[in-house]
Amino acid sequence: MTEPPVPPPGGPPAPASARPREPVDPDVPGGAGRAPDGQWPVLGAVAVGGALGASARYGAVLLWPTTEGDFPWTTLGVNAVGCALIGVLMAALAAARAPHTLLRPFLGTGVLGGFTTFSAYALDVRQLVHHGRPGPAVWALVLTPVVALAAVWAAARVTRRTLRRRAG
Amino acid sequence: MDWLLVIVGAAVGAPSRYLTDRAVRTRHDSLFPWGTFVVNVAGCLMLGVLTGAVLAGAVGSRTYLLLGTGLCGALTTYSTFSYETLRLAEEGAGVRAALNAVGSVAAGVGAAFAGAAAGSALWG
Repeated sequence: MTEPPVPPPGGPPAPASARPREPVDPDVPGGAGRAPDGQWPVLGAVAVGGALGASARYGAVLLWPTTEGDFPWTTLGVNAVGCALIGVLMAALAAARAPHTLLRPFLGTGVLGGFTTFSAYALDVRQLVHHGRPGPAVWALVLTPVVALAAVWAAARVTRRTLRRRAG
Repeated sequence: MDWLLVIVGAAVGAPSRYLTDRAVRTRHDSLFPWGTFVVNVAGCLMLGVLTGAVLAGAVGSRTYLLLGTGLCGALTTYSTFSYETLRLAEEGAGVRAALNAVGSVAAGVGAAFAGAAAGSALWG
């Protein structure tokens, strides 16, 4: 849908200054890399990546536990970091010559998808209300999407600029 | 053991998100990221029900690690949601980007509340 046209093999290489187009949905398979060879390698990459990402999130929860009724800093931090990283990843993959087809499913859909979470965010808000803390609940509700969107925007912007400068 | 439960849950949750996203996208080929919206709202509802069950004492902490931290945690995503919102805005679909952000938050948090109420009612 928003994939860049793949130049024919042996055709003229794309100018380095051309801005690579990124997809809207980072989970759409394909891209300018090698042709995907079936569903199973992609599903495997997503499963392994998801397990790794969720393990890292669980590690963060163990390192920085949040007591019931407190502001959910850990969920916010995990989501902010994951959103910044997907901004870096997608910009880097768009600029890469021919990234491996399993790289995006593994790192984007898998690792970062498993690391970040929408359900814990929503339940954190609910639990704060449940514990009679409407103030922190509203803060968590509003601050999380604002920080997440700022993180992905800033990270994508800085990465694209850095890669463009490197490409000359 | 606890890590293993999270790993197993996530190894099911992440591919489920990928497959649901794809299935939704083949039915609704629009610029609006319905796939991510659906998995996020469904995951919030599931985690809500599970939380209600935990509060009622019907579900233990191990089941929560497997189905909550692992499965629902990996089924839902903030990174894809925020990236899709950013790309919509960059592609000039600012209204859709704003609708995606506000709609996902409202529907997800609403589903979490509804799920927790349902879970408490079922096992309370």
